Amino acid sequence: MGQTIAEKIIERHAAAGRISPGQIVEARPDRILLNDVSGPLAFQEFERMGATRVSDPEQVVLVQDHFAPAPSLGGATAMQAMRRFRDSQGIEHFFDVGQGGIEHTLLPEQGLVRPGDLIIGGDSHTCTYGAFDAFGTGMGSTDIAAALALGEIWLRVPKTQRFVFRGGRRPFVTGKDVILRVLREIGVDGANYQAMEFYGLGAFSMDERMAICNMVVEGGAKAGFVAPDEVTRRWASGRLGDAFTLVAADGDAQYLTTRTFDLDSFGPQVARPGSPGDVSDLTDVVGQRVDQVYIGNCANGTLTDLRQAAEVLRGRRVARRTRLIVVPATQEIYRAALQEGIIEDLISAGAAVSTPSCGACFGGHMGLLAEGEVAITTTNRNFRGRMGHPDAGIYLASAYVAAASAVAGAVCDPAEVLGERKR
Amino acid sequence: MSGAGTGRIQGKALLVGDNVDTDQIMPGRFLALSDEQELGRHVFDGYEERVRQGIGAGTILVAGQNFGCGSSREHAPIGLRGAGVQAIVAKGFARIFLRNAINLGIPVVVSAEAAALAHDGSQVEISLGEGIVSVDGKECPVEPFPQFLQDLLQAGGLRQYVRRRLAGR
Repeated sequence: MGQTIAEKIIERHAAAGRISPGQIVEARPDRILLNDVSGPLAFQEFERMGATRVSDPEQVVLVQDHFAPAPSLGGATAMQAMRRFRDSQGIEHFFDVGQGGIEHTLLPEQGLVRPGDLIIGGDSHTCTYGAFDAFGTGMGSTDIAAALALGEIWLRVPKTQRFVFRGGRRPFVTGKDVILRVLREIGVDGANYQAMEFYGLGAFSMDERMAICNMVVEGGAKAGFVAPDEVTRRWASGRLGDAFTLVAADGDAQYLTTRTFDLDSFGPQVARPGSPGDVSDLTDVVGQRVDQVYIGNCANGTLTDLRQAAEVLRGRRVARRTRLIVVPATQEIYRAALQEGIIEDLISAGAAVSTPSCGACFGGHMGLLAEGEVAITTTNRNFRGRMGHPDAGIYLASAYVAAASAVAGAVCDPAEVLGERKR
Repeated sequence: MSGAGTGRIQGKALLVGDNVDTDQIMPGRFLALSDEQELGRHVFDGYEERVRQGIGAGTILVAGQNFGCGSSREHAPIGLRGAGVQAIVAKGFARIFLRNAINLGIPVVVSAEAAALAHDGSQVEISLGEGIVSVDGKECPVEPFPQFLQDLLQAGGLRQYVRRRLAGR
């Protein structure tokens, strides 16, 4: 019987022979990722476990992104703990303020994610790496501490659901809209404990695929993969030379379910406040007033997103009673956006452009919402209280929709701003 | 056995709904904290006042489906323990939260029947050895965890498991 991508990758990292779904194995990850929120708790637990040395410093990647740059004494202390761990353990893969950016956009950019890799991270959006044909999954700090100490972690081999897309997409439909459409279908626990595989997305760039895989965890999934194709191969050749092998599912792999979507059957999608699974067509929420627009985060802070935002905002102005915050996900993206003139366009339109940070997305700093305020964002979570006051409302959408909403001061169809477009 | 840990746990139920995410359990602005007692003071900040007021030493949290979805922040289960929660009964748990709770040795049991029966203040008794949770005297079955997880829990959580493995090297 054939295997899914998840089964193949786990099998190759475990010394357990042939594996099957449901089985629990000890696997050796290629990378163990920690950030300035999950790191300090993990270091504390690492000591309590009686560990003194990490199993393999080369496995470990430390990224300062949640508090970066430190907004408080507590945040500064957390970031200091990261630097101390780097120093005491001799960790090479370390990214401080000004050196990196948001972890899940950064790691692939740095060549630290390869097809076929197994990556565990102290962050739930570690699933983003499925865009690159890698098994990424999030865990808590105690699990991460165990992996640092042992070099291994236990994993239950997940069953997989398959999602097949057919046809071409409508104008202004992006990776974000694809994953929101999927979440609309399966709900916030429709893939709990499972893996997801996506097919038929050949027209979607790697940036858009990151947006898709980033949010599989909002459906409860442990990992999600865009089936590798020529787009994956081109990306990998560019970043990794020939040091990679794509991992595809077998033709006779076993799936829990297969769902098929026609790409031309839906337009831009928007998640309404409270749940990333409460998704509707953009047309149903058009006109909703927005106080803040936020373009950034590990799902949609890529150069592709910034280009989409600039396309909408170039030569236009952010509405008088609305504020726009744009956060390039990494230093490299920031610089590329500067060189392309995107940052100039955004600032001229009235945007506040910030250094890479997870700040406002997780309700930490750099753009929180007050009581009764409404935001539309390209982030991945709109849980109650996520970005500040519990009675602030958060809509999730693509950068096109977010930028158009900034111009209108209300949720707005990008076609209204840019004009109708041929497919 | 089923569920986490061993022995008998008794306490009063405090109900929360379906899909309670870790942002609601522990909002992002408290993530620079790491002390259990301190985190405990901020648990459910901004959530229903009934829950904020009702939580205390010995509370057995009774939740709906997909409890603990969202962020992997271990500050959430640590804070629940800091606030006095001694066990959680749910119709279901999100994946990462379940791992975190088991790793920390917080007894968690899956019982849709018990979760449906309970109301605030119900007397809940969990018999981990027998795999039974009773609500106001009515016994409900518990969904068993895989053997590996049961072993992990009997070893005292992940910390003890790692200690043993490191000692064996």
